[in-house]
Amino acid sequence: MDTAWAHASEIAAAVSDGRTSASAVVRAALARIAADNPVLNAFTAVLEDRALAKARAIDAARLDGRPLGPLAGVPFAVKNLFDIAGLPTLAGSKINRDRAPAQHDATLVARLEDRGAVLVGALNMGEYAYDFTGENVHYGPSRNPHDVARMTGGSSGGSGGAVAGGLVPLALGSDTNGSIRVPASLCGIFGLKPTYGRLSRARTFPFVASLDHVGPLARNTRDLALAYDAMQGYDAEDPVCGQRPTEPVAPLLDRGSEGLRLAVAGGYFRTGAFPEAQTALARVAAALRVTDEIEIPEAKRARAAAYVITAAEGGTLHLGRLRTRGRDFDPAVRDRLIAGAMIPAAHVAKAQKFRRWYREQVLALFAKVDAVLAPATPCPAPLIGQQTFVLDGVELSVRANLGIYTQPISFIGLPVAAVPVPLAPLPIGVQIIAAPWREDVALRIAHALEKLGVVRANKPSVKGGK
Amino acid sequence: MQMTRQAKSSKGKAKTSRKIPQRDALDELVDAAARALDLQLEPAWKGAVKANLKVTLALADLFADFPLPDDAEPAPVFTA
Repeated sequence: MDTAWAHASEIAAAVSDGRTSASAVVRAALARIAADNPVLNAFTAVLEDRALAKARAIDAARLDGRPLGPLAGVPFAVKNLFDIAGLPTLAGSKINRDRAPAQHDATLVARLEDRGAVLVGALNMGEYAYDFTGENVHYGPSRNPHDVARMTGGSSGGSGGAVAGGLVPLALGSDTNGSIRVPASLCGIFGLKPTYGRLSRARTFPFVASLDHVGPLARNTRDLALAYDAMQGYDAEDPVCGQRPTEPVAPLLDRGSEGLRLAVAGGYFRTGAFPEAQTALARVAAALRVTDEIEIPEAKRARAAAYVITAAEGGTLHLGRLRTRGRDFDPAVRDRLIAGAMIPAAHVAKAQKFRRWYREQVLALFAKVDAVLAPATPCPAPLIGQQTFVLDGVELSVRANLGIYTQPISFIGLPVAAVPVPLAPLPIGVQIIAAPWREDVALRIAHALEKLGVVRANKPSVKGGK
Repeated sequence: MQMTRQAKSSKGKAKTSRKIPQRDALDELVDAAARALDLQLEPAWKGAVKANLKVTLALADLFADFPLPDDAEPAPVFTA
């Protein structure tokens, strides 16, 4: 079978019934990475020996008649802030090259491999995840498979590029303010930022502890759900991981959006968007027959408070490294972190108080609706190196403002599925935002939109790798 | 949004809100904070640090005066 654009679920089925082998699937993925990564720059490490050994073990298990997992033979890769045994956890930095190699895999890597998935490598990212562009001064920019002169978005830039470029069907990223949803939008793929505390962050390099999430990126909803289901479950090694039962979503996808009350986010989320973002949102709303609009109160202040908390917590986390190794940072990241360390504490404390107030207001909305639709990014992928864009007549930093629609949502930990609308020439995403712990709602709607043909991950037609 | 706090005239209408320090004051804040935090700022970094701090303080200004009761609980809660 041609696994270059196959769904993870199709690969797992083919491996499980012997139509192909895990070894063949993994060798094909490694060959694609060798061919296309020099252009896409998605990978910072390729784990050929480890991946082939794991694949051989899966094939041996099948020959022995042992049951295989729901992700049998599915190649995947992880943003390089996830611990991988034997490698220093770079988190996109030069400084972390000096760390000791990780002793163990991150919890989510281990859980995916327990279900049969095969880790093939570590992925490029913005330094220390303080980034929405996917650019990196140390390792070079991740490149968008739909136009390699353009950004992937970040900070999970390699995750976006690897999945959209067909190198792997599944990747993991992290999302503090939008770092899964922004690259999903710019690269035209699906991303899930689960509820804060749903998936374990154990053995990942942190950025902003009170905002950090982790989750999957894939080329369709079912693959997101399969990966998400495989990764759920309490983990005592992440202090904020919720003690909740596993709530599988994959079996619920075919329920679709029937009976769900939906609305489009108004007010703040109607400002600043390029025409493409507005078109994408309109298409999704029309397909779902959504006519209601709902105001998420004080979203502009929420975004501001998320920005301040991020800067302050990030600056605090890195203060020691800023003192001793300032020159080894990406300058664009360093200068933001230093500024963050200088923010008066009064602003940070107020931001956290505002955050709880805002959460209560937004949660009250979910008495009226089950999900809210909003743009994922204000524009399709900017050019690599582009410093500014104009939103509503104001010239703003791209790096700091690609996440204006994602920040007010992750600020209070709501689950979001980012779905790709295949506009030409560049795709752009829409957020499906649900109440806490209702990832099922967001993914059911995403799946319904896929069935309607409104959202899909298009195979890139512009590519420089072959 | 008011980006600077100008020294008020003798007309006595000085606003009591704490807005963003004026340009020189922000320079002083950067220098003083760097000393207090034991951060060695190279001269070439200061402009970008100041610009980032200015943006961040302007955003903080959006919610700094948002009315909340004294007993409003901050979001992160530690559960023993």
